[in-house]
Amino acid sequence: MIKYAISDSLIITKRQLLQLIRVPEVLIFSTIQPVMFVLLFRYVFGGSISTGIPGVDYVQLLMPGIFVQTVAFTLAGTAVGLAEDMQKGLIDRFRSLPISRSAVVFGRTLGDGALNIVVLAVMGLAGYAVGWRPSSGLFNVLLGFAFLLLFGFAMAWVGVLIGLSVRSARVANAAVFIAVFPLTFLSNAFAPTTGMPRALQYFAEWNPVSTMVAGCRELFGLQNIFGVTANSWPSQNPLEMSLIYMVIIMAIFIPLSVRKYINTASK
Amino acid sequence: MINPIKVFETPNDLAKIGIAGIMSPKPTATRKEIEVNTATSLGRSLKGELNLILNQAFLAISNLAIGSEDYYYWQVKAVIAENLIKTYDKGKIRALDGLSLDVEEGTVLGVLGPNGAGKTTTVRILATLLTPDSGRASVAGIDVIKHPGKVREVIGLSGQYAAVDETLTGWDNLTMFSRLYHLSPSASKKRAGELLEQFSLTDAAKRPIKTYSGGMRRRLDLAASLIVKPKILFLDEPTTGLDPRGRIEMWEVIQGLVKDGTTLLLTTQYLEEADQLANEIAVIDHGKVIARGTSDQLKKEVGGERLEIVAEAKDLKQVAEIVGKVSGGKVLVEEGSRQVSAPVTTGSRALIEAVRSLDDLGIHPLDIALKRPSLDDVFIALTGHVAEENKPEEGEVKSRRGRRK
Repeated sequence: MIKYAISDSLIITKRQLLQLIRVPEVLIFSTIQPVMFVLLFRYVFGGSISTGIPGVDYVQLLMPGIFVQTVAFTLAGTAVGLAEDMQKGLIDRFRSLPISRSAVVFGRTLGDGALNIVVLAVMGLAGYAVGWRPSSGLFNVLLGFAFLLLFGFAMAWVGVLIGLSVRSARVANAAVFIAVFPLTFLSNAFAPTTGMPRALQYFAEWNPVSTMVAGCRELFGLQNIFGVTANSWPSQNPLEMSLIYMVIIMAIFIPLSVRKYINTASK
Repeated sequence: MINPIKVFETPNDLAKIGIAGIMSPKPTATRKEIEVNTATSLGRSLKGELNLILNQAFLAISNLAIGSEDYYYWQVKAVIAENLIKTYDKGKIRALDGLSLDVEEGTVLGVLGPNGAGKTTTVRILATLLTPDSGRASVAGIDVIKHPGKVREVIGLSGQYAAVDETLTGWDNLTMFSRLYHLSPSASKKRAGELLEQFSLTDAAKRPIKTYSGGMRRRLDLAASLIVKPKILFLDEPTTGLDPRGRIEMWEVIQGLVKDGTTLLLTTQYLEEADQLANEIAVIDHGKVIARGTSDQLKKEVGGERLEIVAEAKDLKQVAEIVGKVSGGKVLVEEGSRQVSAPVTTGSRALIEAVRSLDDLGIHPLDIALKRPSLDDVFIALTGHVAEENKPEEGEVKSRRGRRK
């Protein structure tokens, strides 16, 4: 049974990769957007935001922020994809097949997670081209990317629940945007939190996006700068905190999503 | 396929006896059984004899084994639904209101009803996609509520709108679904090729579904539901939203399947379609079966035949007299269409009699026919309203959905 559960999931994942081959535009646009962000932030804000650290320019702080923002938005693709499958009756067909009850959602999150490998690679190259130079050695950089991929996978599970709960792909897109966009900006991703109102600083430091960004900065060989919460546990241990967040997200959303899939009724 | 158990006349009594869950047919065995059964006709009848003996042995044992909580309906009918009730919106909408039906193995049951009558809900319950609030159902002898996983191994489902991945090619879709039915990669490729051939889609195999016509999509969707040669096939409005040509193509495909002995439950809102494809028709309205029978039986239920003669205006009076004599019933004369009609009970004899009398008087009618009521007449008589075909709003929404890019 477990053998089928895994192979069924991989077939669903393969379907997504096939989709990318058949419609390459999807892959092109999902990499162009983050690259565009890299360029915009690097050249529009880069000149006016001071890092506060001598010898470190903005692009070094920016790249981990944009990486995290991009993988956080993984759930958009997951949610929209599943909402579309449901609208078109594909979920009905999958549910009428003698396959493992979690294969469709596992396959989907794996596929969306795997897509991040390509996206992150392209972004990394774009970052390098505009001056991003991680100083921590290859192992730590790769560890940083592994962290990012895991975060994307965890967030994809949030996307599964959203995608299966909304009525159409368009609603899924809007819902995701409203949920994730503030989360990525109320963080240390693009600007130091030291300039925020006190209350927001607390929120920003505990925000999983912030702990992820801070964790990646550490792994890429940078020092983090904190405001009022400088001595808080998440600021001191961003990697550990991020791992805890990911485990919590998956512990909540994997069972909920699988249950939602089993009980879902296509509209 | 021969199911010897059909000799039992009262399926419901048998179902009530119940069979212990451990007797469930093993899915792997089921698939093999199909192959064996279709192999040779000699093997088939031998297998039938054996089945009969085995089934009766099971029945005997199961009588002893009662006490186990896990009962099965026995495999008397391919599909049984008993008193299904399903409500939505906390009971406000009653989609199914005590629906019961059954399908004999190797036959086609047409479930006919307007939009919102509960057709799709019924199919979704039988295909394990939905759990009823109450009632029981079995497919191929397997309880759909207690053992949905086993039911999925023996059914094929093709829905109202083509449930295939539109960005992928026909080939991609069929190989993917074959793999999900746990065929090996090479067997998947072989099966995909066979199905594309069978449904005349070989030329379009390498094109994305997006480029297919409505009829082609439906055919591919149907092909995807036939990958493991299901024992029982559910088709939910297979031709809704298709143009007349696509519809006729689809009918041919379905008729081919039926010839091969597939048990089929088909829902439709087209009376003509039920007439064409189904052995038996269940008319449903407001979540209940309101009439059941062959199309002939249903037509009879509404009323007998009518003798209809269209003649020159000057002859109408004489024709009416003749028809009156032959019929003995109330004669209807429609001056505008120059048609005279009346109910008859003697069938073709009435027709011959009328022809003779007309000939004696030297009257040559423009048209003369013995008309039986159409299914449309049946539908109106049963439900008090017209079948949904004439309601453009709903029909349009459906067809748009079906063709959506």
